[in-house]
Amino acid sequence: MIDELLARGVSPIHALDARCRLAACLLLSLPAALAQGLAAPLGILGLGLLLTLLSRPPLGVVLRRTAAINVFVAFLWLFVPAATPGAPVWTFHGLTVSREGLDLALLTTVKANAVFFCVLSLLATIPAPALGRAMTALGVPAKFSFLFVFTYRYLHVIAEEYGRLVVAARLRGFAPASNGRTYRTYAALLAMVLVRAYDRSQRVYQAMLLRGFHGRFPSLDRFRASWPDRVFLCLMALAAALAAYGDWISRSGHA
Amino acid sequence: MHISEGVLSGPVLAGGWALSAVGVGLGLKRLDYDRLMTVAILSAAFFVGSLIHVPIGPVSAHLILNGLLGAILGPAAFPAIAVALLLQAVLFQYGGLVVLGANVFDMAGPAVACAFAFGPLMRRAGKARAVGAFCCGFFAVLLAALLTACALALSGEGFMATAKAIVVAHVPIMLVEGAVTAMAVGFLAKVRPELLAQTPTR
Repeated sequence: MIDELLARGVSPIHALDARCRLAACLLLSLPAALAQGLAAPLGILGLGLLLTLLSRPPLGVVLRRTAAINVFVAFLWLFVPAATPGAPVWTFHGLTVSREGLDLALLTTVKANAVFFCVLSLLATIPAPALGRAMTALGVPAKFSFLFVFTYRYLHVIAEEYGRLVVAARLRGFAPASNGRTYRTYAALLAMVLVRAYDRSQRVYQAMLLRGFHGRFPSLDRFRASWPDRVFLCLMALAAALAAYGDWISRSGHA
Repeated sequence: MHISEGVLSGPVLAGGWALSAVGVGLGLKRLDYDRLMTVAILSAAFFVGSLIHVPIGPVSAHLILNGLLGAILGPAAFPAIAVALLLQAVLFQYGGLVVLGANVFDMAGPAVACAFAFGPLMRRAGKARAVGAFCCGFFAVLLAALLTACALALSGEGFMATAKAIVVAHVPIMLVEGAVTAMAVGFLAKVRPELLAQTPTR
């Protein structure tokens, strides 16, 4: 259910320094998300697709996730073209689809997918523990990275515990429906998961204290940015700057 | 309730990041290493809990649980929700890094606000606790839906209809969420009262 399907691959992208990938992901996402014209997000979408290809992900996973992201986008296509005022293109039972509305929906679709492929290729390829350390290295508070790493660490444990409780409930004939009994059962299941999670957290913390934990994790795995990492980061920064500049030019050109 | 990347305008995205940074900062400041582990594992429990699909009439929806998280963690719900949403971005690519700020504030702001508003009621016994917990769950989702709708509406006139649809679609979820929160808080008060004692305004 919860698995880092993309983080364990072997590819040129996985070989890059985690800090560089995180920084590059941020740098590329910004102009893609903030652009007002179609050119910049299209360029970054192309780059994101290229990076995704380079990261050699399992095709099924990519297709499933792309579909999931575009469900929300499809939801926007239901509303936005008809709700945006502008030059009418097509009228249907009192609903007017406007040129501006279609443009806005298209722009949103391209932006969402552009950022999606950047995150897929650059962020999802970093294992969570490395991402935690990369965040700290880039200035995120150490406590936040700690929370992130341990939340990830216990996700699977808690999910398994929840799974066991659900199986136990099913064995006793629990069949979900829209009634008070169902909601009561789910509330009890949920509360029980919380109680067990709380107890576990106390035990884990005591065990950590016994082993001399004082707020920091010494790690043998050091970050080392070699020249390919630097070149990659510079190239991505250049691409992001180009996209931002191109969008700015097109904006002032229209005005 | 995720806003996908590419929808919101620059000022809304920047505002979301600023508000979330302040909230996460304040939440972390009051959180020492003794409680960090508890928050991390409870955050994992909420991540799992929000994957529970509950039947509501003919459809099913997943629980959001931000009200319950606020009730248990208080201000620490802010970093906990931020971590959970970041994990969703990393593991499932739901929402990217730029829109993360707005999504975190939409969910965590109401969680902490409801914890402060209904905390005193939830610490009483019997019916008052049930009412307080129901309100906490109900209003946390209502406010989250309203904030999400505001973020969309502020970003462009074209998103107005979508914003309204989001609020309307969440009304049944609010009711279920309120009921589940009320029952879960009742359960916790009986089984592990110290879990609820950590709510703010002590």
